[in-house]
Amino acid sequence: MKRYGLMVLLLLVVLTVASCGNRTATTETDSGSAGEMSETTDSEGTTEESGDTSAETGEVEVFSWWTGGGEAAGLEAMIELFAEEYPDITFNNAAVAGGAGTNARAVLATRLQAGDPPDSWQGHAGQELIGTYVAANQIQPLNDMYEANGWMEVMPETLIPLISQDGNIYSVPVNIHRANVMWTNPTLLAEANVDVPTSWDEFFTACEAIEAMDKVCLAMGEQWTAMHLLETVLLGSLGVERYNGLWTGETDWASAEVTTALESFAQVLDHVNSDASALSWQDAAQLVVNGDAAFNIMGDWVNGYFASSPDSGGLGLTPNDAYGWAASPGTAGTFQFLSDSFVLPVDAPHPDGATAWLNVAGSKAGQEAFNPVKGSICARTDCDAALFDAYLQSAMDDWSSNEVVGSLTHGVVANDSWKSEIDTALGLFLTDRNVESFQSALAAACASIGACQ
Amino acid sequence: MRIKRDALLGFLMVLPSIIAIGIFVYGFIGWTGRVSLSNWVGLLPNYEWAGLKNYTNLLFNDPRFMVDIRNTVIFTVLFVLGCLILGLFLAVLLDQGLRGEAFFRSLFLFPMAISFIVTGVVWRWLMNPAQGSRISGLNLLFDRIGLDSLINSWHATPTWGIAAIAIPAIWQMSGYTMALYLGGLRAIPDDLREAARVDGASEVEIYRHVILPLLRPVTLSAMIILGHISLKVFDLIIAVAGKQLALDVPAIYMWTTTFDGQFYGRGAAIAMLLLLSVAILVIPYLYYTIRTEAEL
Amino acid sequence: MSLRLNRLLLYLPLIVITLFFLLPLYVVVVTSFKSFDEVSLQRMWQLPSGINFDNFRLAWEQLAPHLWNSIKLVVPAALLSSALGSLNGFVLAKWKFPGADIVFPALLFGMFIPYQAVLIPLVQFMRTIDLYGGLPGLILTHVIYGIPITTLTFRNFYAAIPSELIEAARIDGAGMLQTYWNILLPISIPAFVVVLIWQFTAAWNDFLFAVVLTNPSNWPITVALNNMAGSQIIQWNVQMAGAFLAALPTLLVYIFLGRYFLRGMLAGALKG
Repeated sequence: MKRYGLMVLLLLVVLTVASCGNRTATTETDSGSAGEMSETTDSEGTTEESGDTSAETGEVEVFSWWTGGGEAAGLEAMIELFAEEYPDITFNNAAVAGGAGTNARAVLATRLQAGDPPDSWQGHAGQELIGTYVAANQIQPLNDMYEANGWMEVMPETLIPLISQDGNIYSVPVNIHRANVMWTNPTLLAEANVDVPTSWDEFFTACEAIEAMDKVCLAMGEQWTAMHLLETVLLGSLGVERYNGLWTGETDWASAEVTTALESFAQVLDHVNSDASALSWQDAAQLVVNGDAAFNIMGDWVNGYFASSPDSGGLGLTPNDAYGWAASPGTAGTFQFLSDSFVLPVDAPHPDGATAWLNVAGSKAGQEAFNPVKGSICARTDCDAALFDAYLQSAMDDWSSNEVVGSLTHGVVANDSWKSEIDTALGLFLTDRNVESFQSALAAACASIGACQ
Repeated sequence: MRIKRDALLGFLMVLPSIIAIGIFVYGFIGWTGRVSLSNWVGLLPNYEWAGLKNYTNLLFNDPRFMVDIRNTVIFTVLFVLGCLILGLFLAVLLDQGLRGEAFFRSLFLFPMAISFIVTGVVWRWLMNPAQGSRISGLNLLFDRIGLDSLINSWHATPTWGIAAIAIPAIWQMSGYTMALYLGGLRAIPDDLREAARVDGASEVEIYRHVILPLLRPVTLSAMIILGHISLKVFDLIIAVAGKQLALDVPAIYMWTTTFDGQFYGRGAAIAMLLLLSVAILVIPYLYYTIRTEAEL
Repeated sequence: MSLRLNRLLLYLPLIVITLFFLLPLYVVVVTSFKSFDEVSLQRMWQLPSGINFDNFRLAWEQLAPHLWNSIKLVVPAALLSSALGSLNGFVLAKWKFPGADIVFPALLFGMFIPYQAVLIPLVQFMRTIDLYGGLPGLILTHVIYGIPITTLTFRNFYAAIPSELIEAARIDGAGMLQTYWNILLPISIPAFVVVLIWQFTAAWNDFLFAVVLTNPSNWPITVALNNMAGSQIIQWNVQMAGAFLAALPTLLVYIFLGRYFLRGMLAGALKG
């Protein structure tokens, strides 16, 4: 009896080996279209048939990290529009969640190194794309596309330099988020009898009143949200010109102004909840609307979280009632932006499909389909305001009237290498709170990256 | 003649594995080693010779790497000791011939079936450091059952936060350690215990003087297996606490500096140092095991 | 002190430790039955207001195709690496060739490498041999990185078998494969069970290799599970239901085959 069992087991092994061999054979034909299969299984049959001639039949593989919530829904809306406008091009959604360990980045990096780029991929507009992919000759300038579509006229003038290098524009921004927003709890502020602070000094005074009520003054989350806070403090303390100079080498990181800004930052951290490192940005934002904290400085995806319905994972709150907002202290009249954008690789497997996708992503219809669902505003200044909620409408006004500066945490002003060095310096600062060594680490990071000599 | 043919056959049988491991382990390590001696920063490969620069920077000029070493040491000591103590304790308990032994054995083993990522997400909730009105997770539970003294900040504790990460790791691996010890206990002949009993030794003495010494080889194996897991710990920390420097370890530094920062040369150097530390742990053990076997 | 420890007293620590082991499971199960507005950290210990299968339905919709991928991946990966490990273990324990004692630790060392460090050459190699993107490449990866542990297990298992058995077969004129097939394989079941379960679990729970080596259509369940979380809003109830579904096959394996796994380990199969 025992022997029979074994025979069956071995037979299984042999069969698997055989079937595996088979599978290898079939996949050899598939692998020509590696990475071009669509996510849904029901379309698998068609993609397999298309095989190696895919370029002619028309396909496009778009890589992003929009896999959940409003982002995924917004992407779906844009894909629908794409299908209407280009019914002959199969859209393959290769979205990998960013989440833990920034998996999406690692996947993209290994694919590019293996010479297998997607047809277009998502990246934060600015140095994250330029400093990484332009430097490695991976993406193409899009000036012709901008001219042909008249995008120069509808994108804010101050935006273009931030996504360009040597006169070449390198990405198509689909949406705009604002980084320098301070979210407030109006009820708590009224109880503490404080106004929304417009400078850091006012902020510290407000904190005294709030902390006297045994509430947290500023809610903060894990380490990247501390970097987000840092960039708004730098902007608020240094002002637009000197903040911009940090990234071009014109502002000295070792200067006394930067010392003052970093000291303010250290002081701000004194008013932060003690369990910050264990909170996600959602947890931190929630402290404000739950009445545990007065302020939270975070990008305007917070509005999407607060306002969207519980069915889609939001809190279902009413803007201006359950929560309020203002520019973070010292940054009124400035719009610190970040933007998700798409690029055209130098050796896209399906350049026609990629171009078609970018046309949709940059179009008014594409951005109007995407943004209300994702909870961001259009990069274009001509979107229909009626599609957006109260907060987003105010953001649209600011976007077309304010001075635009770039975000550090979200890839606009510094490339990945620089940002990761700053992140390390910040992480050490959060554990030792030594301003002097923080500043010298920041200056060293700037020098080693080559931005300031 | 026959012996030679047999030896050749045996060698041919193992050859595919040798080739596969040759490429996938040693070939890839070699590649990583080469990258670690280069100036590669940025997306595209750059094999420009850098000498030992990446290593000297890490070891002598990088406060972050010092944090990593410190965290790794704390985590490793707590995790390995925790698993060994709990595992041994469970094994001895289950060795008493209690009713429901099979049930408990499976129960303690089941965390092994779950990925570190899922474990991490759940423990992230359990070890929520909030206190006061926002109290939750285990802290809330302690509060309700009157164990207030146990309420703490878990991984948000300054300096010692990394120690909290050892708890889910112990949760996951102590069942396996228990199984190893059970195997060791069952292999001890009953005559030995009987002889000790006849000599008038108490149960506790029997464990201390007869059984524990005999379990030493099991402890050694378990230490090696647990030790290398702890040197490589990565997704558990990310899932519990995200990426933050206070809880940084070499595997996380390697990953973030390579893929977030594109410092490929530095990332490879961290990988090589990590490998070196694993080798220091493992090679004497392999040598020792094979030596003792040869003596038998 | 009495010779027999009080039996009932022994159950006390056992029950405390059992609670420690079950706490996370309780949270997963309870959360996966809650509706989204019931999910909050403050209420995590409370039972759901009703038994609500919506989360499982939602999770199932997203995960089902990938569940099948995982099965197609894990079964051959576990079987092949076990078969290889068994043959290697046999040769290295009972059919040694000169240098076998160097080959064994050299193979074994592969167990200890940090996999994050080999991702880039791995992807490039898979591209070169044209196995990038599909399941066969991922299966190959799992088989190869499984060789050290499977070889170790089988070698230790076979080392405990009296060499006289092998010698007798040799004297009878049996060749290597015959000896393996007739003498060793029939008694290898405990070791096979251990190794199969081990490899099944490892391949099932793997995320790192899967996410860099496969296309979206071939993603196994762990990658799909990870993708249920966006960077904006995480629906924890659905996420927990998904985690529960993803962990179910391995849990079932442990519940139903755990006994054999332990028995195999007790038989010395995994004693380093």
